[in-house]
Amino acid sequence: MSRVPGASGYFRTSYAQDLALLRTGFERACLAAFIVALAAFPFVASPFQLDLACQVFLASVGSLSLMLLTGYAGQISLGHAGLIAAGAFTVGVLFREMNAQFWVTLPAAAFVGAALGIIFGLPSLRLRGLYLAVSTLALHFVVIYAGGEYESRRGFSTGIVIDPPSLGGVSISSGRAWYLILLIAAAAALLICRNLLRARTGRAWRAISAHETVAGALGIAVARYKLLAFVISSAITAVAGALFAYYRGFVSVEAFSLFLTVQYLAMVIVGGMGSLLGAILGATFITIFPYVIEGALLALPGAQSLAGLLFAVNYAAFGLVMIFFLVLEPLGLVGIWRRVQSYFLLWPYARRSPTGGRR
Amino acid sequence: MQLIANIIVLAAIYALLACGYVLIYRVSRVMNMAHGELSVLGAYLLFATASLFANHPLTAIGVSAVLSIAVGVLVYVLLMRKMTGEMVLAAILTTIAIGILLRGLIVLIWSAAQQHPLEALHLSNPPIEIVAGARISTCAALIVLMTALVYGGLFTFLRFGRWGVRMRAAGQNPLLASQRGINLHAIYALAWALSTFTGSIAGMLIALDSGLDQTMAVIGLKAFAPALVGGLDSLAGALAGAFIVAGAEVLAIHYINPLLSDVVPFLVIIATLIVRPWGLFGTREELDRV
Repeated sequence: MSRVPGASGYFRTSYAQDLALLRTGFERACLAAFIVALAAFPFVASPFQLDLACQVFLASVGSLSLMLLTGYAGQISLGHAGLIAAGAFTVGVLFREMNAQFWVTLPAAAFVGAALGIIFGLPSLRLRGLYLAVSTLALHFVVIYAGGEYESRRGFSTGIVIDPPSLGGVSISSGRAWYLILLIAAAAALLICRNLLRARTGRAWRAISAHETVAGALGIAVARYKLLAFVISSAITAVAGALFAYYRGFVSVEAFSLFLTVQYLAMVIVGGMGSLLGAILGATFITIFPYVIEGALLALPGAQSLAGLLFAVNYAAFGLVMIFFLVLEPLGLVGIWRRVQSYFLLWPYARRSPTGGRR
Repeated sequence: MQLIANIIVLAAIYALLACGYVLIYRVSRVMNMAHGELSVLGAYLLFATASLFANHPLTAIGVSAVLSIAVGVLVYVLLMRKMTGEMVLAAILTTIAIGILLRGLIVLIWSAAQQHPLEALHLSNPPIEIVAGARISTCAALIVLMTALVYGGLFTFLRFGRWGVRMRAAGQNPLLASQRGINLHAIYALAWALSTFTGSIAGMLIALDSGLDQTMAVIGLKAFAPALVGGLDSLAGALAGAFIVAGAEVLAIHYINPLLSDVVPFLVIIATLIVRPWGLFGTREELDRV
């Protein structure tokens, strides 16, 4: 933290500062306050709010991994739900067949995710854009079919029930315990992504995303880094799926429809492409959104007659929000946040908000 | 014989839906993931007009077809127009969002229960025996007939029609086309209109044949496979692809496992992408390889 004498504002004077996770004292203070708030939350929240927070953390892990792949490495994937399903089913199968503990199943899920990531990523070496999207979409259906086959062959036609994991003989089932575990998982995912992105890997991904040919000419092993993006993203996604399976205590293919993929893509879009903060904001927004709609709908007069329509209203509203962000606010919530920020930073001078960079 | 008849009917359905993907992709390089929902919307429009014109089935079909064209143009003018020239992902996601919005609206307006437009129109759907040992329903026969008509019409239109030639020009090179005074937005709107129209016709006929609810949109997504197999910018390819995918699907259902029906089209997609990503008749440069 070097303050140049006589300078107003914050200037970076070394590369170490440029790479630092937290740059100013203010940022540290903010983070500390945020951590305190997060730690205090389970003691004041109702069980419902606690569940909501857990869902947000789960969604954050998934959206962070998708942001890594789509927002930074620039590879389109429509197979996210398939990867989450793969993680969840790894847990389900290992638990049912071998009664495996979570310290076996979680690494196994990550491993399966990484292996699938290679398969999902292989088409990306040849295909781009729309064709890549379609190939991942096709793989999604294959994974779901395999899961469905397993369910029906082994006689779990309604789904696989999973006991809560136990740690040192104590089974983890209370909301507070889950809150802590999922918070740690989300924080770990954020830290992994952040570290990857500020290192060589992240720079390679950004270069590939910006221009593949140029990236190759700069000496970046394009194929290797593309596959790496798929592998890392898929491994994190599969772990998110495994945590999801434990949290719900139940795995069934119905939960992993194409709509789930769309929801995760919506998190990335709504949050703002190419920003980890965006991934978390988007995950929070998309997770809480249906409950807000539900609350708003039930607050209307004649709420009882509307209850049956809830699902449809949610669907339509979700579509509208997505269209709104895609067409009118492509930079997402982060874009709005940056605009507000720069408005106050530059306050008396710049009346028109400068168009912020994409990243 | 029955197997062959089944293949032909399914191929006709796929072909009728797939040409919608091809039309839009060929002109504007957008994959329309809302195609399934748009065709279902067409079917629901028929259901709505059926109650107005209960005794004039042809009027009902005509009115709903015109309405579906209007829907296609509206979708383009209101939403997709803004997405021209945007990233591939953004355009795809916008169509997905449109699909989700439509699904929600359809359930809001017509409820999620299964509807039967056939009964609303006071029509019947007797099976007919084409050759010995193979019978298909009247509506299925109509689908085959309609597909032949639509494809005949499209080929003639694209080859000889003034607007058809313009559409091909816009697809080949948008910049040059607009330099020659072709109104690109009108062309794109026309492509959306035609695509929604053919999709809606398919949706209506399927709904007449086997009832109607919002889960029907899945078949629209499956119909993307024939379009890709044949090459995304080739109408003849879509026709050929429809036969390949329908053949594979019917045979897999018959000989292997009925559960495969939803997966086969996607397996075919993967096989195509591995072997020949640009499809049977597609243009190779599409792939944008380095």
